[in-house]
Amino acid sequence: MKTVFQKPKSLQDNKFHYCPGCTHGIIHRLIAECLDEMDIREKTIGICPVGCSVLAYDYFNFDTLEAAHGRAPAIGTAIKRLLPDRFVFTYQGDGDLASIGMGEIVHASLRGEKITTFFINNTLYGMTGGQMAPTTLLGQVATTCPYGRKAEWEGYPAHMAELLAGNEGAAYICRTAVNSPANVMKTKKAIKKALEVQQRGLGFSMVEILSTCPTNWGLNPVEAMKWMEDKMFPTYPLGEFKCVE
Amino acid sequence: MDRVLMKGNEALAEGAILAGCRGFFGYPITPSSEIAEYMARKMPTIGGVFVQAESELAAINMVYGGSSAGFRVMTASSGPGISLKQEGISFLSEGELPCVVVNVSRGGPGLGGIQPSQADYFQATRGGGHGDYHTIVVAPSGVQEMMDLTMQAFYWADYHRIPVMIMLEGTLGNLMEPITVREPVTEFVDKPWATNGCKDRAPNVMNTLHLDSDFLEKRNHHLQAKYEKIQQECKRAETFMIEDADIVIVAFGLMGRIAKKSVSEARKQGVKAGLIRPITLWPFPDDVIKSAAQTAKRFLSVEINMGQMIEDIKLAIEGRVPVEFYGRIGISPNPEEISRQIINIAAREGWI
Amino acid sequence: MAKGTVHFVEDRCKACGLCIEFCPRDVLEFDNESINILGYHPVVLTKPESCTGCAICGLMCPDLVITVEKE
Repeated sequence: MKTVFQKPKSLQDNKFHYCPGCTHGIIHRLIAECLDEMDIREKTIGICPVGCSVLAYDYFNFDTLEAAHGRAPAIGTAIKRLLPDRFVFTYQGDGDLASIGMGEIVHASLRGEKITTFFINNTLYGMTGGQMAPTTLLGQVATTCPYGRKAEWEGYPAHMAELLAGNEGAAYICRTAVNSPANVMKTKKAIKKALEVQQRGLGFSMVEILSTCPTNWGLNPVEAMKWMEDKMFPTYPLGEFKCVE
Repeated sequence: MDRVLMKGNEALAEGAILAGCRGFFGYPITPSSEIAEYMARKMPTIGGVFVQAESELAAINMVYGGSSAGFRVMTASSGPGISLKQEGISFLSEGELPCVVVNVSRGGPGLGGIQPSQADYFQATRGGGHGDYHTIVVAPSGVQEMMDLTMQAFYWADYHRIPVMIMLEGTLGNLMEPITVREPVTEFVDKPWATNGCKDRAPNVMNTLHLDSDFLEKRNHHLQAKYEKIQQECKRAETFMIEDADIVIVAFGLMGRIAKKSVSEARKQGVKAGLIRPITLWPFPDDVIKSAAQTAKRFLSVEINMGQMIEDIKLAIEGRVPVEFYGRIGISPNPEEISRQIINIAAREGWI
Repeated sequence: MAKGTVHFVEDRCKACGLCIEFCPRDVLEFDNESINILGYHPVVLTKPESCTGCAICGLMCPDLVITVEKE
């Protein structure tokens, strides 16, 4: 018997604090597996956001920073420009990236910063208890749109992959999901491709990853995987939106 | 060391480069843009990084990243831009990340004006962001000091692992004077804590979130102990004719320069006046003021604001000697205007 | 048919059930007899003979509970 699946070296042994079935844990592991396979753990600097994954510095087993809410792309810009041979990524939720940090992520992609952003879209603010986010779906209930999001009141969902793909500085932008084995494997491929785009200095790369939030969606983990497909995919279609090479 | 005629803003920027600053992150705002422009020209020629950020808020976070990666980094702004940086400065303080933040002050509040101002004194010395923290704050009063204090700022920042603010009036930024250009710094504190890739070491984490309250308290006591040490080591002030002074003027930066002439004017008219010019606004040079208070009969705080540093003077004197205030907004008074204030007080008190 | 087996770090399991849901051979179930340190019924391998070591359970586990071995 040979071990074919185990904890990647780029993750610490600490238990994750995430809710049962929250797919942050899967995404952390996929990133760590890619860093191991590319053998770049010792050259990687990860920047964590404010949000459920604020504690990711307790999970990633390489240099990390914890950023002020929304500012990870600015922090990443400086580190990458000062240390161009290191790998720099930001790991951000939809509140962090699409709301308070919209300025930073748009300009990082406009400037073509050679960093990679892993954008975790679970349609709401998880850590603070389920408030509406820019990515909340029309009709979706959240604690700050208790009657279901209405375009007339709360505007329209933010399509971040499409939004950033229009910038010349963006070299690779795609959206994947982690709601099934096939999609998890596609997400891993996308993560590796984004890191390779960074390695070749082609420009800004982002993988938007649709993720579940069983607790704040009010669903059990298995139902949440189904809900993602039924409800999120129509608003957030999967696929590659920008690929320069 | 050669003498060069230099403009204040450029002397400051050159001082930063001589001090080994290799990362500048800015955003245009009058009257500080010239520092960014100088860096935009110079950094690419010395293998440094210059980024014009999308906002001052992004710029201070770039400073956070650059400093955490182990580099000497700086940003410069004014009024509203400095306000936008306060959250970042609080983060930099908790993370004990060395950096230099330049405030080329302009009139406030609100969009205010672009005339000289010292109305950001409280924001700078009390900490404009959240939590118990201080930054060292230095206030140059001439172009030579613009260079020298910048180099000092970078040294203190690395040595004490603290953000250092340089606060100056826009006028000084545009002033030209012949100065001595210093030698570049060659020795640097090493930074094993930097997040620059964990090759041959355990990973470093730069994090300011402490949900465990015991640990947060311990962190705060650690920071306060550092501030105590800085209080011991870093107080700086220039004094002028205070030994026998009946009335001591306290003024910093541009005002300190102008008030010096007023003291000489008043002396010519028989008033024993003197000047204390704080060079560090935090830690405030209260020791110099306390000793002057043993002989002086009156203190006069002269500021370009509605009265802020006067509070630190009163705190230092603890009521033993009366402290008066003279302030203007938007313009820096000429020396005669201040010497008249001194003579009026002297006449009123019957000293002449 | 390939042969494989799985190991569980029982005290990391939060009984989210994703491994059970996606296992193509239905070899996993909650162990309703025991409760782990987190207060959940951990997952156990109930039909070892049917496990092919495909590692889909590991793939879908958000908490690094599962190690998979294969011939």
